[in-house]
Amino acid sequence: MRREKLRRAAPLDEPAATGDLKIRQQRARALLRGELEGEELERHVRESVITTSFDAAVRWARSNAIWPATFGLACCAIEMMSMVSARYDAARYGAEVFRASPRQADLLILSGRVSIKMAPVVRRIYDQMLEPKWVISMGACSSSGGMFANYAVVQGADKFMPVDVHVPGCPPRPEALMHALLKLQRKVQERPDLGWRARYGAAGTEEPARLAREQERA
Amino acid sequence: MSYAADPEAIARELNGAHPGAVLETSRHRGQAALLVDPERVLEALGWLREGPGGGYAFLASLHAADYLPAEPRFGVHYELLCMERVERLRVKALLANPGDGDLPVIDSCVSLFPTAEFQEREAYDFFGIEFRGHPDLRRILMPEDYEGWPQRRDFPLGGEPVIFTHNEHTTPNWYD
Amino acid sequence: MTEHAVIGTSPIERTDALDEELLTVNMGPHHPATHGVLRLLVQLEGEVVRDLKPIIGYVHTGIEKSCEDKSYWKAIPFVERMDYLSYYFNALAFCGAVETLAEVEVPARAQYLRVIHLELNRIHSHLVWLGTSALDLGAISMFWYCFRDRDRVLDLFEMSSGQRMHTRYFQVGGVAEDIPRGFVERVRAFCAEMPSRVDQYEALLDRNEIFLRRTKGVGIVPRDRLLALGVSGPLLRAAGEPWDLRKVTPYSSYEDFEFKIPIGTVGDGYDRYRVRMAEMRESLRIVEQALDGLPEGPWITGDRKYALPPRHELGTSMEALIHHFKLVTEGYRVPAGEVYYPVESPRGEMGCFVVSDGSAKPARVHMRDPSFVNLQALREMSVGGYVADLVQNLAMLDPILGGIDR
Repeated sequence: MRREKLRRAAPLDEPAATGDLKIRQQRARALLRGELEGEELERHVRESVITTSFDAAVRWARSNAIWPATFGLACCAIEMMSMVSARYDAARYGAEVFRASPRQADLLILSGRVSIKMAPVVRRIYDQMLEPKWVISMGACSSSGGMFANYAVVQGADKFMPVDVHVPGCPPRPEALMHALLKLQRKVQERPDLGWRARYGAAGTEEPARLAREQERA
Repeated sequence: MSYAADPEAIARELNGAHPGAVLETSRHRGQAALLVDPERVLEALGWLREGPGGGYAFLASLHAADYLPAEPRFGVHYELLCMERVERLRVKALLANPGDGDLPVIDSCVSLFPTAEFQEREAYDFFGIEFRGHPDLRRILMPEDYEGWPQRRDFPLGGEPVIFTHNEHTTPNWYD
Repeated sequence: MTEHAVIGTSPIERTDALDEELLTVNMGPHHPATHGVLRLLVQLEGEVVRDLKPIIGYVHTGIEKSCEDKSYWKAIPFVERMDYLSYYFNALAFCGAVETLAEVEVPARAQYLRVIHLELNRIHSHLVWLGTSALDLGAISMFWYCFRDRDRVLDLFEMSSGQRMHTRYFQVGGVAEDIPRGFVERVRAFCAEMPSRVDQYEALLDRNEIFLRRTKGVGIVPRDRLLALGVSGPLLRAAGEPWDLRKVTPYSSYEDFEFKIPIGTVGDGYDRYRVRMAEMRESLRIVEQALDGLPEGPWITGDRKYALPPRHELGTSMEALIHHFKLVTEGYRVPAGEVYYPVESPRGEMGCFVVSDGSAKPARVHMRDPSFVNLQALREMSVGGYVADLVQNLAMLDPILGGIDR
């Protein structure tokens, strides 16, 4: 009975019919009740449901909710705070929740020069983060030592830890850091293999807690 | 920046109270400085802090400099300030490097100016100048186990050669 | 009596309680308080701080040594990155020292432009301080508002020099470039709107019960002790000492402007907060006066031994070409001597000590950073108080680790 009503109100071959909200709502309800069949079902599914793989969905969710750890070292930290502030607003990309504890953070934004005294501390914090984790090296000093080619500054954070995105600038504008964040998001979504593990043949060096526990038991 | 107008007069009075403390006076670019004997630095600073012609009770800065190749090599500078008369005075003590791995020694003025605590540690950290009587003389800005005195003139600046295409493969630790 | 740990090499005072144990807690270089990589070793008895040792050096960059390797011109960007919130002050201290050594005259227009940028930088620094300190104390809304206004100040800096931070705008002999058209109007618009914003911030915090409870009566150090510790700047003024280098030894034509020095009475956290808020207002007044009286003229000294000649002369004058060449390749040579040049930065007395040996590179550059010396007061402020007060003391102390560690 309802099917007859639907067919009369919105014939399938008329594209205009799909624009009407009422019709669509009724179709959706019919779908849920299991009353749509055949052609109608196919059409409805094509119009209102996206199919994807589980991995892609997870990567999409991960990229849009990257939580940085508060890791301001020097001047770049001020521009990082500026990115979080109202004008440049990293919150619209899901990244405004700066977690103080590295255990709860996904992203380490190394903002500032890494001195030789600080390098072991940075590495420790990085190690305390849980997989998956990414690193943005913000500014010239953490990417390559910057203008400080001397005894006190590590010439680039990627001497002792893997870095996913480098941002040039001294300090980089907040927009530059946002560009880096978006680049990282794209990297997470599309090519999660592109990174230091693929480049240095370090595949299999991840340690998800589940695997470690299983190995212990075995 | 309004330094003492007549360092000679101050030096004469100081030498009157502690003979032989002041070796030289100078007034370069309007900045008055007294060169004192490093063994008498505490007496000089104490007199300047309390003394009748003095009152320089604020130690604005304590820093060291390496005058290599001139001898004596190390200079310890005390920037004093009298807030009542708005007058500054620089006191300078020159120390020679004893050589053989020994450190030049000078008395610590933490007892007179508590602000010197961190600043003397910094001079020790970077120049290896030992301050006799400092309550806690150890490195402050470099890692505790660092070897060498970085801001001495004969200590290399450090860093790494910048890698260009012409020196890429000959630079050590260049990763393939 | 229980044995208790020693931090460093000096022993801690014994506590009289028989059963109390002292707990040493490391507030590591990475911590939520957004003041940089400061490490504090705190000995706690319950929640009361019994001793405190700051460990610094985690962002030591070797700036002073790097400057010895660069010509004077190139040392300016290094020195700017020291106290990274008050970059114009670092640059002024260094440029002023070199100008004193070289006896270079700074033209009046350049001095006024310097004052405008310095006071805008002071406002910027106090805004960041206010935002991050309120964030530490839990008032997160202040962070958003302060950074909104801070971005407006940075827009002004970007307009005059092209960079938001570390602008390399101050040069020996004046400023690098003249201000563009429209800059004066934009700054006036900012100064017209800013006082009402400061009113809004004060309305949020001045009589806020929680803020008052946390800052009133906390972190008091007697004025004499502060002077003995070498503390200067808003901390000293909050304790009642009317000492401000802009008034007592005016530099860069500060004597032309009429402004007050806000001082506090007790020297607790609340006084420090009020002193800095009042300083922001006074800075706005100074900027307005400087705009009103901005003289015409050159923006950098005409002495070609220290400042580049204008480009249009290079085509016609041989001397200009030679000066340009020498300045760009070797840099200017500064006569031998040593000089100490102090300025009043948002944190206190910032001085630059330059030793020149007559060549084009400085022989020694030392920056007397106010935060480095003020940090010694943290122990006196915090011992005997609670851990939460320690966070508040650190916030009100306004340390910048880049300056402390250099």
